[in-house]
Amino acid sequence: MIQNSSNGQVIKVGIAQMDVVKLPNTIRTSGLGSCVGVILYDESKKIAGLIHVMLPDSSLGRQESINVAKFADTGIAAMIDLLKLEGVQKFKLKAKIAGGAQMFQFTSDKDSMRIGPRNVEAVKHELKRHGIRLVAEDTGGNSGRTIEFNPATSTLQIRTVNQGVSEI
Amino acid sequence: MTYNQKITSLHLDVLKEIGNIGAAHAATALSNLLGKKIDMRVPKVEMVSFNDMMELAGGSENVVVGIYLRIEGDAEGSMFFILPIEQANRFIRRLIFDESFDFKKRPVSELGLSAMQEMGNILSGSYLSALSDFTNLKIYPTVPGLSVDMFGAIISIGLIELSHVSDNVIVINTSIFEDGVEDQETVRGHFFLLPDPDSFDAIFKALGVS
Repeated sequence: MIQNSSNGQVIKVGIAQMDVVKLPNTIRTSGLGSCVGVILYDESKKIAGLIHVMLPDSSLGRQESINVAKFADTGIAAMIDLLKLEGVQKFKLKAKIAGGAQMFQFTSDKDSMRIGPRNVEAVKHELKRHGIRLVAEDTGGNSGRTIEFNPATSTLQIRTVNQGVSEI
Repeated sequence: MTYNQKITSLHLDVLKEIGNIGAAHAATALSNLLGKKIDMRVPKVEMVSFNDMMELAGGSENVVVGIYLRIEGDAEGSMFFILPIEQANRFIRRLIFDESFDFKKRPVSELGLSAMQEMGNILSGSYLSALSDFTNLKIYPTVPGLSVDMFGAIISIGLIELSHVSDNVIVINTSIFEDGVEDQETVRGHFFLLPDPDSFDAIFKALGVS
């Protein structure tokens, strides 16, 4: 396990996966391109969840059993439920999001080319639907992002190859 | 055959042969371009989870040079040519006669980027024309895009189509390396061919193994 600066562990979340973090740990997902990293957190309880969203809408899925963390709609709903199990009240949740880049600029009739912006739109739509305030975002552009959220400070650290490290 | 059904060993062999023929042509083209011997490994065809896919080129955060294009026509899919930064630097320095060229230096020189783009054009073109000749399928590559970024951010665009139907990906993976450079996983370039789920039938039918 990797140690973070506050001597906790870094919980790693893979593509189309999600997890919950508590003090003193931090939570991280790497290599976000068109995918969107969604953080739902409760500032007072110092607890947060991260979803690595890949697709905007579960109605796009053509599978019998779906992986809820893959889609913006099912992922956010499932994370709210997970956090409720930890005693978090939904109305206290806030959100920070990052990702949704367009890694390649060229034209194709495939919708997948515009998937980054569509993922961002879908995430915002779902947050609004659940009444969760979006506090900060770093979305769009054409760079990959690695993000790490620290529930102690409610800061989201964003690393890109070209612009180095920033915090929102 | 549906995407998630177990593929038979015959299917695997056919997909391996596609990787073999495609990458052999591309390696020859690269060798001619650089005036340098390029070797390739026997292709691997695997069904892996999205997260295991990230490990095929050093992890999702590993910074690489990536060429990506879509294949359209009788069979559709995504194709990537992924090079570790150091290997891409060696190739481009040799192509543009500029020993100071470096993908890590910002801003990256326009000449170097355009040489990389052209190299992507030539290699993917030779891979895919070999594939088309072998299968008799009409396939049309889009103009390749270039990105120098984290592998996860680059490869995930190729997983979007698949992710509608699966949480796994069938990947035809061929690695190339230079003569005289120690053959370690970390210094290898890769061709990744990711057929769309609906295209496997067309490929197998074209080769008489439906």
